[in-house]
Amino acid sequence: MLGFALRRILVAVGVALTVSVASFMLLHLSGDLATAIAGPEATGEQIVAVRAQHGLDQPLVVQFGAWAWRALHLDFGRSFYFPEQVTDLLAARMPVTLTLGVIALAVALLVAIPLGVLAAFYRDTWLDRAALAVSVLGQAMPSFWFGLTLILIFSVNLRWLPVSGNATWKHFILPAVALGYYAMPAVMRLTRNGMLEVLSSDYVRTARAKGLPPRKILIRHALRNAVIPVIALAAVQFGFMLGGSIVIEAVFSLQGLGQLAWESIARNDFPVVQAIVLVLAMIYIALTLAADLLNALLDPRLRS
Amino acid sequence: MTIRPASPLAAAPAEIVLPPARSPAALALRRGLSHGGFLIGAGIVGFVVLMALAAPLVAPHDPYAQDVSRRLIPPIWHAKGSVEHLLGTDKLGRDYLSRLIYGSQISLLIGLSAALISGVIGTALGVLAGYYGGRVDAVVSYIVTTRLAMPVVLVALAMASLVGGSLKVVVLVLGLLLWDRFAVVTRAATRQVRNQDFVAAAKAAGFSPVRILAQEILPNILNALIVVATLEMAHAILLEAALSFLGLGVQPPLPSWGLMIAEGKQYMFFQPWVITIPGVALLILVLGINLLGDGVRDITAPEGRH
Repeated sequence: MLGFALRRILVAVGVALTVSVASFMLLHLSGDLATAIAGPEATGEQIVAVRAQHGLDQPLVVQFGAWAWRALHLDFGRSFYFPEQVTDLLAARMPVTLTLGVIALAVALLVAIPLGVLAAFYRDTWLDRAALAVSVLGQAMPSFWFGLTLILIFSVNLRWLPVSGNATWKHFILPAVALGYYAMPAVMRLTRNGMLEVLSSDYVRTARAKGLPPRKILIRHALRNAVIPVIALAAVQFGFMLGGSIVIEAVFSLQGLGQLAWESIARNDFPVVQAIVLVLAMIYIALTLAADLLNALLDPRLRS
Repeated sequence: MTIRPASPLAAAPAEIVLPPARSPAALALRRGLSHGGFLIGAGIVGFVVLMALAAPLVAPHDPYAQDVSRRLIPPIWHAKGSVEHLLGTDKLGRDYLSRLIYGSQISLLIGLSAALISGVIGTALGVLAGYYGGRVDAVVSYIVTTRLAMPVVLVALAMASLVGGSLKVVVLVLGLLLWDRFAVVTRAATRQVRNQDFVAAAKAAGFSPVRILAQEILPNILNALIVVATLEMAHAILLEAALSFLGLGVQPPLPSWGLMIAEGKQYMFFQPWVITIPGVALLILVLGINLLGDGVRDITAPEGRH
């Protein structure tokens, strides 16, 4: 296990490094940084001065080293658009996206796990098929349109929930449902397949033979074992959701990381875009690492 | 997956024992005709493809013709609807049905081209990793892991914004980003095939690796490839719609369905159909492609069905 863990951690560090290079290049492909920092009215001499001041006349490798060192200390430089440091901008927006992600994940798990259990228990009945239909439909629905449709139904017609913004907890319900719906199909299918496997195992048969009530078998014996890979998947899905929240935040005008990224892309504020790409990728790498280690800890077959 | 011997060398002994009954293709067709999801999916996709091909013939109006005096006419089932514009008109008075019909061309074009580009990249990586294993496998796994760590929507938006959003850019960006599942699936499928006798026979006959990969491996993982291709087509269509919705994908006045939703957003409170119609169109097309893909998977690998 230790060997596997070390190898897996090494890969994660390598991937993190590769992703940093990619996101560093993103900033440099976006055009001449010195011109961007100096502003539209700068003279040629000023641009040269800015270039020297920010070390932009150094070789790329040296620049990357300096940038990576600062990024490790959570210093992503200054925004081209806002007077603030990029780190402060991110820190201000992060809670909104994390809140959205956590609620969305909770919604997804609370619907998908029971649905998966029921689908496995009532296999090949109408309930199983209905669960399948929900998941097939979930994969086919454009997220932004689903969000807009939720607004039309619950905010405009029924007037139950606010249309947009992030002032109160009520503002998070519709976006969380729209975002969470996308994690549901995968979680449901994994729960169902895991349950089917566990339900046909020897210890469940023994529990049945002992005459334990079905509900007790289902929850205490089967679900407990089937749910572990689901938790690992949920970690990965959480990473995906943080990346995908950009569309949902745009629909609901939630002032989170995604909205900041979208606006920053539109105004070529690449230090901010780069930092968000990097932060989201790092969160994803950490989550998948945790999920892999968790799975390997519980299933020795995966350690090879 | 059905393992079909691809080279005449390997097929020779099999032909002797084969009964003269149905060919694999006929068998697959029979299974397909009794598979509900596959039939519905094929019907939907076939209908949309026909609509896209025959757009100039079936569209009642020019999709770009504006008429300010006929703005935001509701669809026919509405009390104020008009027979001339069955699905109404948009904010510039353009016929919604005609835009929807021409929009199907954009969705299909982007889905097909993006899946083709990502299919070539992903299959090349996956087949190499699966066939050679060892170091090659480790390198490919590393590349796939790195790609998965990049947030797709964000990176696609940033790339599109750097180069400038257009249909061509969207196809390229999505094609360069969506190959991960191709690589993962073809790698697994290749590992299953590479230890088969006919691959060993081809190796013993001294065929080059390129020839073995192209003639022995590829034809045998084709079914898995088709399934992934449908999934990624659907994925690309949804992402194009999202990029266009955010203003960095296909640009106006092209009738992309995602763009139609973006343009209708400010009118949706009083004219909800401006977003409902293109949204439902996207939903149906993607649903059809997914059903088709699931159907192909069930038909070609009945033993893997749950």
